[in-house]
Amino acid sequence: MTRTARSDGKVGCRRCAAVWPKETLRCTRCGARLTSRDRHSLTLVWFWWLLGVLAYVPANIWPMLETRVLLDASEDTIIEGALKLLTHGSVGIAIIILLASVAVPIAKFAIIAWLALTVQYRLPSGSKARHRAFEAVEFVGRWSMIDVFVVAILASLVQFSVLASVKPGPAAFGFAISVIFTMLSALSFDSRLIWDADLPEEDVPLAGQSDDLAAVQKSAPPQG
Amino acid sequence: MTPNSPPEQIACPTCDAIYDVQPGARLSCERCHTRLIDPEARVGLRLLLVSLLSAALIFGAVTYPFLTIKRFWMTSDATIIDTALAFDGPLLFLSIIVLALILLLPALRLALTIYVVAPLVLKLRPLPLAKGAFGWAERLRPWSMAEIFIIGCVVALTKIIAMAEVTFGPAFYMFAGLVILLWAQDKLLCRYSLWKALEK
Ligand SMILES: [Zn+2]
Repeated sequence: MTRTARSDGKVGCRRCAAVWPKETLRCTRCGARLTSRDRHSLTLVWFWWLLGVLAYVPANIWPMLETRVLLDASEDTIIEGALKLLTHGSVGIAIIILLASVAVPIAKFAIIAWLALTVQYRLPSGSKARHRAFEAVEFVGRWSMIDVFVVAILASLVQFSVLASVKPGPAAFGFAISVIFTMLSALSFDSRLIWDADLPEEDVPLAGQSDDLAAVQKSAPPQG
Repeated sequence: MTPNSPPEQIACPTCDAIYDVQPGARLSCERCHTRLIDPEARVGLRLLLVSLLSAALIFGAVTYPFLTIKRFWMTSDATIIDTALAFDGPLLFLSIIVLALILLLPALRLALTIYVVAPLVLKLRPLPLAKGAFGWAERLRPWSMAEIFIIGCVVALTKIIAMAEVTFGPAFYMFAGLVILLWAQDKLLCRYSLWKALEK
């Protein structure tokens, strides 16, 4: 079993990695607030997750791109745009767009939910698998923004006014917001919880009970 | 080190595993492979130069076009600012987000890093609020999306190449250089050493 700051009765700073006695509230090296385990983080994770999922729905229903070539105007959602590319023979780009805009966001929602649930309810699943999933979400999550950038580049480039024009559709906004919310959700997650769930129950605070709260209750004068 | 003073400890920010610091030794977390101490990446001149060069490239990349498109007799350029402001009307808010992600936040991170690192390299005392500044530079890291923007350029180019002649402008290469420098900057920075230096 790996020794942790917590198992040694200490608290580690998540910003600068300094180690302090358990009760320390603020890191004197970098000034960050210290918590041994941030249980509030799960509430935040779910809050941003929900907003991310809600924003993802209009992102797929509304048009992402409004294209006009001569008199031929069309509005494409993300998926329609990718399918059109597929029929035009740009298979590689279509796959990139489909991966970045459909597969990755949905996988992200699923993985974050799975991480939060396994940690919250201490469901049996190895910390190795959780760690790998967390790293994947952290690394790949930002890349979903690529489609928004592509739309912006196309729109600013194709300004032939008479011949052709490309305008970003409202879905671009929904999509960007959804990516940002999902990133906030993943960033809120206290990754140290990933390894705790494998420990025996008594070593970790109950789900939903925060360390801060426990500290406050301990230090509060007895009632009556 | 006297037997009375316990060795300094370090806790992995990702997984909380605790280690004793061996002076001058490289340390990575055994459990999650987070890079904890990298003695070769001391806060030094290389880091400062890379950051300054990156800042210069951002300025260059803003002023030159990064894609040029030709169709029949018409030419149109797109600068990074044009791209970021491609959304108008109700989507203006989106323009601000794009501008921030591809330009403002990378620039802000560089400015903060230079502000923190320059005095240390010049052997001066850290400037006021240096700790907070570096904390923000770290917090903004996932939100700086220069590399994603570059790949976005390539995707946009292949999308459009069938209907027009498109070429990369100078800013594209500057931005690509910036992406490489930002990656190098990350490798050259030992966060442990930097926080230790700021603590003094
Ligand atoms: Zn670790």
